This record gives sequence, structure tokens and C-alpha cells, in this order.
Amino acid sequence: MSRASRAVGPLAALALMTALAGCVDNAPAADSSGTAGGPAGLTVESTASACTLSASTAPSGNLVFTVTNAGSDVTEFYLLAEDGLRIVAEVENIGPGLSRDLVTVAKPGDYFTACKPGMVGDGIRAPFTVTDSGADVAPTGELADQITAATTGYVAYVKDQTEQLLTGTEAFVTAYKSGDDEAARDLYAPTRVHWERIEPVAESFGDLDPRMDLRQADLAEGEEWTGWHLLEKDLWQPTAAANGGEEYVPLTQEQRDTYADQLLADTRDLMDRTHSAEFAAEISADAIGNGAKGLLDEVATGKVTGEEEIWSHTDLWDFQANLDGARVAYDGLRDVTVVKDPALVEQLDTRFAELQGLLDQHRAGDGFVAYTELDTDEVKELSVAVDALSEPLSRLTAAVVL
Amino acid sequence: MDDVVDTAEPGREPRTLSRRSLLGLAGAGLAAVGLGGIGGYGVADARSSGAAPATAAPSATRTYPLTGAHQAGIVTPAQDRLHFAAFDVTSTSRTALESLLRRWTYAADRMVRGLPAGDLTASPYDAPPSDTGEAEGLPPSGLTITFGFGPSLFADAEGRDRFGLAQRRPALLTDLPHFPGDTLDPARTGGDLCIQACADDPQVAVHAVRNLSRIAFGTAAIRWSQLGYGRTSSTSTAQTTPRNLFGFKDGTANIMAEESAALAEHVWVGADDDPGASWLAGGSYLVARRIRMTIETWDRASLREQETLVGRTKASGAPLSGGDEHTAPDFALAGRGGAPLIDPASHVALAHPDRNDGARMLRRGYNYTDGSDGLGRLDAGLFFLAFVRDPARQYVPMQTAMARNDLLVEYLRHTGSGLFAIPPGVPDGARLSPTDGAFVGEQLFA
Repeated sequence: MSRASRAVGPLAALALMTALAGCVDNAPAADSSGTAGGPAGLTVESTASACTLSASTAPSGNLVFTVTNAGSDVTEFYLLAEDGLRIVAEVENIGPGLSRDLVTVAKPGDYFTACKPGMVGDGIRAPFTVTDSGADVAPTGELADQITAATTGYVAYVKDQTEQLLTGTEAFVTAYKSGDDEAARDLYAPTRVHWERIEPVAESFGDLDPRMDLRQADLAEGEEWTGWHLLEKDLWQPTAAANGGEEYVPLTQEQRDTYADQLLADTRDLMDRTHSAEFAAEISADAIGNGAKGLLDEVATGKVTGEEEIWSHTDLWDFQANLDGARVAYDGLRDVTVVKDPALVEQLDTRFAELQGLLDQHRAGDGFVAYTELDTDEVKELSVAVDALSEPLSRLTAAVVL
Repeated sequence: MDDVVDTAEPGREPRTLSRRSLLGLAGAGLAAVGLGGIGGYGVADARSSGAAPATAAPSATRTYPLTGAHQAGIVTPAQDRLHFAAFDVTSTSRTALESLLRRWTYAADRMVRGLPAGDLTASPYDAPPSDTGEAEGLPPSGLTITFGFGPSLFADAEGRDRFGLAQRRPALLTDLPHFPGDTLDPARTGGDLCIQACADDPQVAVHAVRNLSRIAFGTAAIRWSQLGYGRTSSTSTAQTTPRNLFGFKDGTANIMAEESAALAEHVWVGADDDPGASWLAGGSYLVARRIRMTIETWDRASLREQETLVGRTKASGAPLSGGDEHTAPDFALAGRGGAPLIDPASHVALAHPDRNDGARMLRRGYNYTDGSDGLGRLDAGLFFLAFVRDPARQYVPMQTAMARNDLLVEYLRHTGSGLFAIPPGVPDGARLSPTDGAFVGEQLFA
């Protein structure tokens, strides 16, 4: 559970951004993009009546336009293809007085630049030429196809996981309601795996996530607690000492029925929403890349510390599931990344394998040992490996969308 | 050792440079400049209502008097360093408690003037010195020492009246509620008494708490304490806005010392605010929160995400709606697709007075870094300190909304907490003495 999930989740936040691949702003100078030479820097000043560039030509390869809004309206800046229609790159939502960088990779050819103060009309346009620097710029058509394949594949993965989550939840709920606590305990972690694999997606539904995955510590005073972790606590009932000094009161049969049924209904709702066309349209390459990073953040802040599953201590199952989800997201983008940043791919391949190797040491049966069985050194070792993977993974999005 | 303290003591005059050597002064002045130029501003007494602090060359020799209508360390231009300590009163004697506060006040008054905590000339050679000595030779460094009373001073967890003060407990002085996501460590939470020591030299601030703790042995013991550096707020328009450990400017919209009307409205408890606790008039409430930042995951967030979550640009601190740092945010200004440029769930949007029924705070927090957590990550963040007239109105609703909705919460974890009533100051001219003088909070015991 992300503690900010009541607000805008990662996907919803992404919806504020452009979904266009081939466009990123605010990225650091693209020294890792695989193209030769440093980026060419240009300045753009946008006012109500003018769009002034420091040059009307630049060498092919990485280009950085530093766009300053010197007007009084919100402005945008575009690099358009020769036809004046296709957007090669853009930066939007630049408030008055602010500057923002547009980083892109441009092939040799004729372009147009355009400032759009007030975000209306065709903008203030001028021709722009990219000369051949000899830099190796990947063919955009092929990359676009690969990105489409990645997003299609990822949407299918999310749908499949929600279907498996529903199947698992049905069995879990049946066992729990019938009082077969042992069966319910056995089903708890393997079922939640399907949730944890797609956690950033689930969290993007800001109403469902707190209902389904809120931890007790995340509650406000007087707020009703529902979802997985409520049932977790009821299945792994704490002693008074572990419960803030208060005797734990088990849920009544009526409460069991109510909360289990709600969890099932919410799971069905989640599945339906991920099967909608609107959802598929929201999944872009940057959403997948950021989702992979978000999953590792979840591991770093919740699982490796044992805070996610404080009653069942099944955190390592969640850890593996988060890692699975990140791995799937990365694998989808790997073909694109290998073209743009082969060194990053090599590093990510290695570090995914290293982290997986460490985690595998804690397998037991079909799953994992309890988090409480790890000693301090083992937790530290895992934490360090998570950081080692997370750092290059945080550069995946920029590498892919640039 | 003794010759240092002995020769330093004689001939001290209040409010003059007394504890420094020339070398120490020069060194401290350079250090303050080195810390990003956010050192001293040579403000003689920022507590004079309405007096605009003068900007001058940083001066390690500046002092802020302990006495005045309000305690120092609130509207005082925020110094660079903090040592905050919460105490449990270990004695059951009201007399002992009053005596402690009297001895604390006396020692604090000496230390803010650059004097040792106790009169060293009276220290026998075969007794430990009455000051621990590590601040000898250091300038006053703008030291302020601010005292407060926690809810547990008035009644313990079972509701027992410990010192005959229960009837005088301010109605607003109760433990803060549990906020979503709180992971409070009991060992960093609460306390019967608190001391906020701020100075531009960390050794001066630590010296103050060390000596006050020493004075308290037998009556009160430190429950928890916190060091802070790199003030995260400005409390005067003469100060530049500093940055927190997220790398963003923080506290741009803070209440400043120059805003007399705002101070009266938002910071100082009024004479009629709480008829049952009229002793607190002219005082304030201090909210203390130890907020750990998961800085490792934050550092992996794209600049786009960082700026979206904060609602300001990282470079200049301008709101994303445009302008510069001090331009008022325009929450209605929309960009592509009609979405506001400043995300409604961004920190700047949720913390803004417009979204909090006009509530403002005087923030006076510090960055902290307490080593690492054993998992290879820094235990670092913000030690949030805010002075308010009414915590139930000015802090609780805002923190509830932020804990629930603030996009930044993903990277924050509240690990310590305290609420304290800050009594008014000891009046100027009052006679201070360790045995029978005036003391901070005397009105409570009257």
C-alpha cells in the first residue's frame, strides 16, 4: 500500500503528462542515450508575440531546448516534423516566468518550431533545420512499434493478474467466511502476489486502493478499516502486547462476511476497470517505466522493512511479487532500451539477477520464510541489493521515452 | 581546564561579547558564511514588535535576551543549529519542579548572554565546575533557549494530577491524534517539559542542553532529544529561504517576525483564548514532529515527479503557476487539458492557507541526519517545529489532510511527535536567581 494512494496515484499523475513517446522534458543531459557527442543546447524565449530561438539550426543527435516563458500566459513549445503536423517533441505547461528543458533526439531534416502562448491556435512557428552530425540516431518507426508492443503486452499482463487475483480472492474469501482459517492463511500470500505484481496500477485507482490495501497505521482516527490487512490481522491474531497493549477482539461472523464480501466486490471492480479501453489508453511507455521504479520503491519502503505484512510476516512473498512486476515491465521495454542505452540494459540485467539470487536464498516450499526469520545482516543484504537495482531502474523511463 | 574558565569569567557585561576569543569569533563568522550564507543577520532584538530586523554582516557576537513579553526563539530569526530536548519530570514534588524551572531560567539567561551556566568563580577546585566548559571561548552565537510544558505535566496517562496543575491545563494541550501513516517511536514522542536551544554554532546549542540537563538531574531526565542543522524556515524577511533535504525551498509562506498582526492572530495565545489557562496568554503552542524522509527513493524520482509533488520548481522555488519564489501560487491556472498547473494534491496546494481555512503557522524546523538505519540508508529528514496559537485549528486539520492526500507523503514518515505549551516570557527587568528569582512559566504556578 502506498501511503499517498488516496490522492493521485502514479498512473493518474502520469495522465497529466504527455502520453507521447519520443518526448520528455526535464531529463538530465542525455549522456547515456547511446548517441555520440554531447547534446546541442538552444534557448527559446516565448512571449505573447514572439518565439525567439538562439539558433535556427542544430546538429543531429541529442538536442536540448531551454524554453523560457517571458510572457504572461501559460505556454508550450513544439518541435514539429517537416509536414508541420506530426509532433516530434513538445514541452507543455510552462507557467509565466518559468523555464523548462525539452530534451529530444532529432534526425537530420527540416522541422518547424512553435511556441504556443495561451495554448491556443497553431502557435508562433518558424522553420528549423537539423544538419547531419554523423551521430547514430535510431529509426523512430521501429522504436514506435516496439513501444506499442511493450504497452500492449503490459496491459495484457495487468489484465491477467487481476483475473488471477479474482480467482484467488474468491477461494480465500470462501475459506475465511466458512471459518477455515488454516486454509485462508495458506491462501493469503499466494493470492496477494497478484495484487503486489501490479501494485502501482492498483494504486492508481485512488478509491479502491485504500479500501483494499490500507494498513492499520495508515488509518486516520475514527476511520473504518477494511481490506486485506484487516483480514490478515484477524487470521494472525496478535497478543495484547503486540496490539498496543489492548486485547485483540476477533471479528464476528457478520463482520467477516461484510468485509470479505467487500474485498471480493472491490477485486471484481478492479478487474473490470483494468479491462476497459480507457485503462489501456493510459498505459504508455513512461507509465510502465515509472511503474517498474515504483514497484522497487515499494520494496524499499515497505517490504524490506517488514512493515507491509506486520501480522502474517509474508513480506518476502510481496517482495518477490513486486520484483516480478518490475521485471515484467522492464522486459517489455528492454528491446527499446537496448537500442538506446545498451549499458543500462547490461546493468539492469545483472542487478535483477543479483537481487533475485539473494531472494531465492530465502525460499521455503512454494514460497518464502517469514520476514521475522531474517537476521539483520540478511535484511541489510537485501536492502542494499534493492538500492543497487533501483538506482539504474530510475533511469529507465528517461532512457525509453527520450 | 580551570584556568580557562577562571580567566573567562570576570568582568562580564550583559549583551556584550564575552565568551569569545578573537580567533574564535573569526572562525565562527567564516563558518556561518560557509553554510550558504544563512548565518547571522545581526538582529539585536527581533522581538520588538513591528521593528524590521536590520540586515548586517553576520555576527557571531549577537545576543537575544531571555526576557521579554514573549520567549525568545520563536520570532527570533532562525539560527542555523538546533538542539531540542524533551524531559520527563522524575520528581513528584511541585516545589522541586518550580525550583528546576527557576534554576533553568537563571542558567539560560546566563548562557544566552555568553556566560557559563553557573558562576565559575565560586567553584571550588575540588568540585566539578558549574559549567561543562565546551562553550568557553565561543561567542554567544545568537543562542536562544525556549521552554515548554507537555500535556503529561498536567496529568499522567491515568489522569492523575501530578503537581496540582490539572485544573490549569490548557484545553488545547492534549496529545496530537493519530494521523494516517504515523509510525511514531514512543522513545521519540511526548515529554513533560521541552527545551528548544537554537544557535548558529552547534556546540553552543548542545552546550546549553547539556548544562540544563545536568541541572535537572534528580528532578527531570531527558526523554529524547534531537539535533538539527540547516534551518528549514525563514522567520524574518531579511533571511533567504533555505532548502530542506528534498532539495526544495521550504517555508516560503512562513509567518515572519515583521508581521505583527499575523503574529497576534496566528502565533500568540490571546488573553481570552482559554479562561482556564490565562497563564498562557502571550505564549504559544509548539508542534514538534520528527519527519523522516525516504531520501533514497526520493532521489530516484524524476524531476517531473518531484516538482509535481511539491508544486514548485526545484531551481528557483517558484510555484508551477509561474513567477518567482514569492509569487502567490495560482491554483486555478490551468494548462493542457484544463488540468491545473499546480496539482491539487501537491504539497504547496495542501499546505496553503487558502486550503486550510486561512490557518498559518510560524514554522521553525531544521533538517536532521541521525546516522543511518542499518539498511544502508540515511536516517534523515525534517525536524518540524511550528508555533501556533491553536493547534487544533492550525495544525491538526492540515496534517490530517496532508497525511491523507499530500503526494509527498509517499516519501515521508512521521517518527516522533510532541505538543507543548510555550509560556510567555519572563518580563524584562525581572530579578533572576537560582533560589528565589522569577522564572519561565511562573504564571502557571502562581
